[in-house]
Amino acid sequence: MDDVMRGRVWRFGDDISTDLLSPGAYAVDPVDIRRLHVLESVDPTFAGSVEAGDLLVAGRNFGCGSSRETAPENLAALGIACVVAASFARIFLRNAVAIGLPVLVCPDAHGIVETGQQGQVDLAAGTFENLTTGASAVGEPLPDEMRRILAAGGILAGVTVDDASPRSV
Amino acid sequence: MGMTVAEKILARAAGREEVRAGEFVVGEIDLAMTHDIFAAKVFDTLLAHGIEELFDPTKVAVVIDHFVPAPTAAIADLQRRTREHVKRFDVGIFYDAGEGISHQLLPERGHVKPGMLIIGTDSHTTTYGALGAAATGVGTSDMVAAMATGRLWFRVPETIRFDLDGALDRWTSWKDVVLSVARMIGTDGAQYRSLEFGGPGAVEAPISGRLTVANMAVELGAKFGIFPADETTFAYLGEPPTEVPGPDPDAEYLDIRTLDLASLGPQVALPSDVDLVVAASEAGGVAIDQAFLGSCTNGRLDDLEAAASVVAGRSVAPGVRFLVAPASRRVMEDALAAGYIATLVEAGATILAPGCGPCFGGHGGLLGPGERGISSSNRNFPGRMGSADAEIFLASPATVAASAVAGRVVDPREVADG
Repeated sequence: MDDVMRGRVWRFGDDISTDLLSPGAYAVDPVDIRRLHVLESVDPTFAGSVEAGDLLVAGRNFGCGSSRETAPENLAALGIACVVAASFARIFLRNAVAIGLPVLVCPDAHGIVETGQQGQVDLAAGTFENLTTGASAVGEPLPDEMRRILAAGGILAGVTVDDASPRSV
Repeated sequence: MGMTVAEKILARAAGREEVRAGEFVVGEIDLAMTHDIFAAKVFDTLLAHGIEELFDPTKVAVVIDHFVPAPTAAIADLQRRTREHVKRFDVGIFYDAGEGISHQLLPERGHVKPGMLIIGTDSHTTTYGALGAAATGVGTSDMVAAMATGRLWFRVPETIRFDLDGALDRWTSWKDVVLSVARMIGTDGAQYRSLEFGGPGAVEAPISGRLTVANMAVELGAKFGIFPADETTFAYLGEPPTEVPGPDPDAEYLDIRTLDLASLGPQVALPSDVDLVVAASEAGGVAIDQAFLGSCTNGRLDDLEAAASVVAGRSVAPGVRFLVAPASRRVMEDALAAGYIATLVEAGATILAPGCGPCFGGHGGLLGPGERGISSSNRNFPGRMGSADAEIFLASPATVAASAVAGRVVDPREVADG
């Protein structure tokens, strides 16, 4: 995973919930069906138009609600390269890291970009840049502990059959 | 410097004398729960990684609670596979469809103990904080890692302390308390934090009320919502009190807030966020199509009692569906014995199976486009209970029942005192 990613931006507002990212009615459907309904009630064109490498930029409390890992999984399945938000709900943040979907906390990013513009994320520096306008915003790189899991491709990259034996405390 | 309850539990779980907010630790998991939506995926993934044994089957719980009874053939098949996995992995704690909601069953059947570190593949796992545990929701990948290794990483959260004072009046419930907290701090007011409840009002709180408040801690963004264990906790568990983690007097808090319970009154969260909270009397009296009483937030015996006391001798308004899902079979049995179910049915309620019901938008009583519902559950986001074009109001059991009778969102005192 490169620390620097460039792509077309999709911009959304505050409090984008897991019910919008992964509606309960499709909770147990396969990802090929689930991903078609991502954010459909906010932007019906999104799921059909998003392309691999696009960036999603949002406001505060992104991913609030359920623990459903299908929320970041659906975004990854649509090809979203990175989610940049003013803040994340904690389970979404955990799940994104756990499945290896890059995320960046950057409070000002959604204020300097519109849907359709080109953006650049630098995970190591914690920055977001609007390549269309030249505006930039400084956020916070994830803590090293979380970046290591991301860099490995997710938390299960390190889980092997050797872990299954009972561990003495 | 002393520690908060969250710091003490994480320190113990990490085998450390002391931890501080902001640190990353690896904690030993005391209880790991997954339910029918995610269980098969968790076990499938374990097998895909070559892992055929759980770290400790006695510390793993599986509950079939979300799709009860199975609404489609595909979901029936998913639940069949879940039962197979439960056998294959020798899961120690299993509740099949119809027993109730995980967050009701694990406390009710004695699996949750003060001081435990608990994870679940459900955001409302915070509920177990009502018994003094540090409990939080995780996704399926984290759960797979935890079930394989018995361990999981945690960032030690800062703690916001809420000191509760005063007593609730007749028509104000613990749901109104947590909605009031939402109004005070907003849906991300406790993001990444632990909420710790104390003060005379918390000591007086019954376990049912603590479960309601801890359940909705996640709606404020919190990782944990903890009522430190006390005499009430051990009385509920039916066990002699033991020494469990309470906060040190010099624990360091990010913030300390106070809330006077006597001043609250019935509250309603307006569509479509949990912190859009107003007094029930100021909710506009809007007409409703459905009223739902149930969920892991408010499907317990005293919730059904409160609703029954409101609707006794009255009828649900024409055109309104009043759905009631007891949180567990035991709650249903107790409510039958007490006559609450008869009262609710006579008033026009439809009784659903013990389980999550329509709360999460999966099945069994959803809202259509343009419809409005009032619910005793925990979320009113667009699309939460069906159509994204439906509107959801959140309220206490008494307010939900009163609104079902009135056919519009009302303060319960308007119906019950009228």
